[in-house]
Amino acid sequence: MTTDTPTRPDGRVTRRPRGGPARPRRGWSRWAATARALPWLTPTLVLIAGVVFFPAGYMAWTSVRDLSQFGVDNGPAGFDNYARLLEFTALPRVLTNTIVWVIGVVVVTVLISLALAQFLDKAFPGRRFVRLAIIVPWAASVVMTTTVVYYGLDPFYGIINAFLVDIGLLDQPYGFTRNAVPAFLTAMGVAVFVSLPFTTYTLLAGLQTIPDDVREAAAMDGAGPWATYRRIILPLLRPALAVATIINIINVFNSLPILQVITGSIPGYNADTTTTLIFKFIRADRQIDTAAALSIVNFLIVLAVILVYLKVVKPMRED
Amino acid sequence: MAAAVRTRGSRRPLMAVAGAVIALVFVLPYLIMLIGSFKSRAEILQVPPTYLPQEWLPSNYVDMWSTPETPLPYNLVSTIVISVCATLLVLAAAAPAAYYTARHRFPGRLVFLLLVLITQMLQPTVLATGLFRQFVTLGINDTWLAMILVNAAFNLSFAVWIMHSFFAAIPRELDEAAALDGASRLQTLRRVTLPLVWPGVVTAIIFTFVACWNEFAASLVILTTAENQPLSVALTKFVGQYESAWQYVFAVSIVGIVPVVVLFALIEKRLVAGLTAGAVK
Repeated sequence: MTTDTPTRPDGRVTRRPRGGPARPRRGWSRWAATARALPWLTPTLVLIAGVVFFPAGYMAWTSVRDLSQFGVDNGPAGFDNYARLLEFTALPRVLTNTIVWVIGVVVVTVLISLALAQFLDKAFPGRRFVRLAIIVPWAASVVMTTTVVYYGLDPFYGIINAFLVDIGLLDQPYGFTRNAVPAFLTAMGVAVFVSLPFTTYTLLAGLQTIPDDVREAAAMDGAGPWATYRRIILPLLRPALAVATIINIINVFNSLPILQVITGSIPGYNADTTTTLIFKFIRADRQIDTAAALSIVNFLIVLAVILVYLKVVKPMRED
Repeated sequence: MAAAVRTRGSRRPLMAVAGAVIALVFVLPYLIMLIGSFKSRAEILQVPPTYLPQEWLPSNYVDMWSTPETPLPYNLVSTIVISVCATLLVLAAAAPAAYYTARHRFPGRLVFLLLVLITQMLQPTVLATGLFRQFVTLGINDTWLAMILVNAAFNLSFAVWIMHSFFAAIPRELDEAAALDGASRLQTLRRVTLPLVWPGVVTAIIFTFVACWNEFAASLVILTTAENQPLSVALTKFVGQYESAWQYVFAVSIVGIVPVVVLFALIEKRLVAGLTAGAVK
């Protein structure tokens, strides 16, 4: 399916490469140009087709089949797997969790990152060091970062809990990770923490494209720092803000390890999102067909977000 | 920036202090790991906990390689083999595509780039069920090969974007000038083009390697044999419902985190351009 898409003539190519040969005009020569490109693109196309698009299709197929616990295909199931999802009693809670998870984490991440990026845009001694420190949670494995927080918040031997008691914020250690709601909120905190580096860096890159003259002009016109920020900087930052927000929505929606580590041992589905539920279906219940149906739902949501990204950010625009 | 320094000169020490606090917050979990990795099993489970080890035990870094929980030497080898092979595969596939799409216009070019972009925004997590079924059917589930393919496919796009932007930045006139001076195509590539795109190639290599190194969701479903699992999955074996070997969790984490943080710091300035497909430079 994917290997032949690039041969489709594309009318949107309007520019000629600088100093390059004239663009082939029509018909045969257009196809010849695509054929010449194919050998260079084939390895990438094969990987994308075989490991991204094929499994997506196979997953859609699996979602309308009846699979045994051992993966034996017992024939067509129609929409039974989807119906089973709808009948799943914890579904409303899981959907609510998913919405709270994505919106909560992304909004808080973006707000903190706006402040952090603004701060890092100014020159001060040690700025380079602070930038490097912010990278650490980005490079580090999310499983490992989450595990240390999980340990630190243990009500008995957890060092973070002990610290909160020692500085007087808590009277006694609190079981952050013992019940669904506090554990879910704790996981959201960790998700914000690991999302901050990428978001801050993207917003910082956006801030650095704003020329100093713009700020100086605003200052000359008598605008205070807050007015300058709200009226001048923030509108100019919108492209970077859009990119950071949408990529974060996808990342946070797809996040598995944080909830798995922090809420994984809590029985029931009160702290699950659709993503963690898929993995419970696969690993605990061995219901591959139901997992496939839910995965297809997730997949469509991600595709919708990608469409919004293409529409809002227009990343394919070349200049 | 110079204006800001002049007018806000008095605020700079205060900002430096705030900066130090922010830096501390971001590295704090990793400091807790480092300190915990030197505690004894008894001390790390002690109630109430100690902030610093009463006795520093570097031997945790030796003992963790032979525990009943997980065959750690195998896990490290798995992580390295999968990450290195996937990175090489990404490079082999992405470099020609990045070069050609940056240097040539042809019908279907934008469709190809759009396809790469969509792939970047998909993640193994959302396709894990399909990947698992596919690899079971092909008979390569629970193998390194399966995870090499998954890691390569989902990290291709970053490599294509970042190398594309570097190839596109080289003026064609440079090639032509080299040709006029009598350089062969291979010499041009080696002496002129490659040195200019080298930072892009290094960024692609490091980013892919780190992403493969940390991959968790697909490995969790696809790699079921303990020996095949990477460090990210193996780590969870030390955390039990009743008893946890936290000292090993943290020693393994330090070994798993320090190298990739150093690598990431090297490409810090170029990460955003690759991740946002050039939408933010």
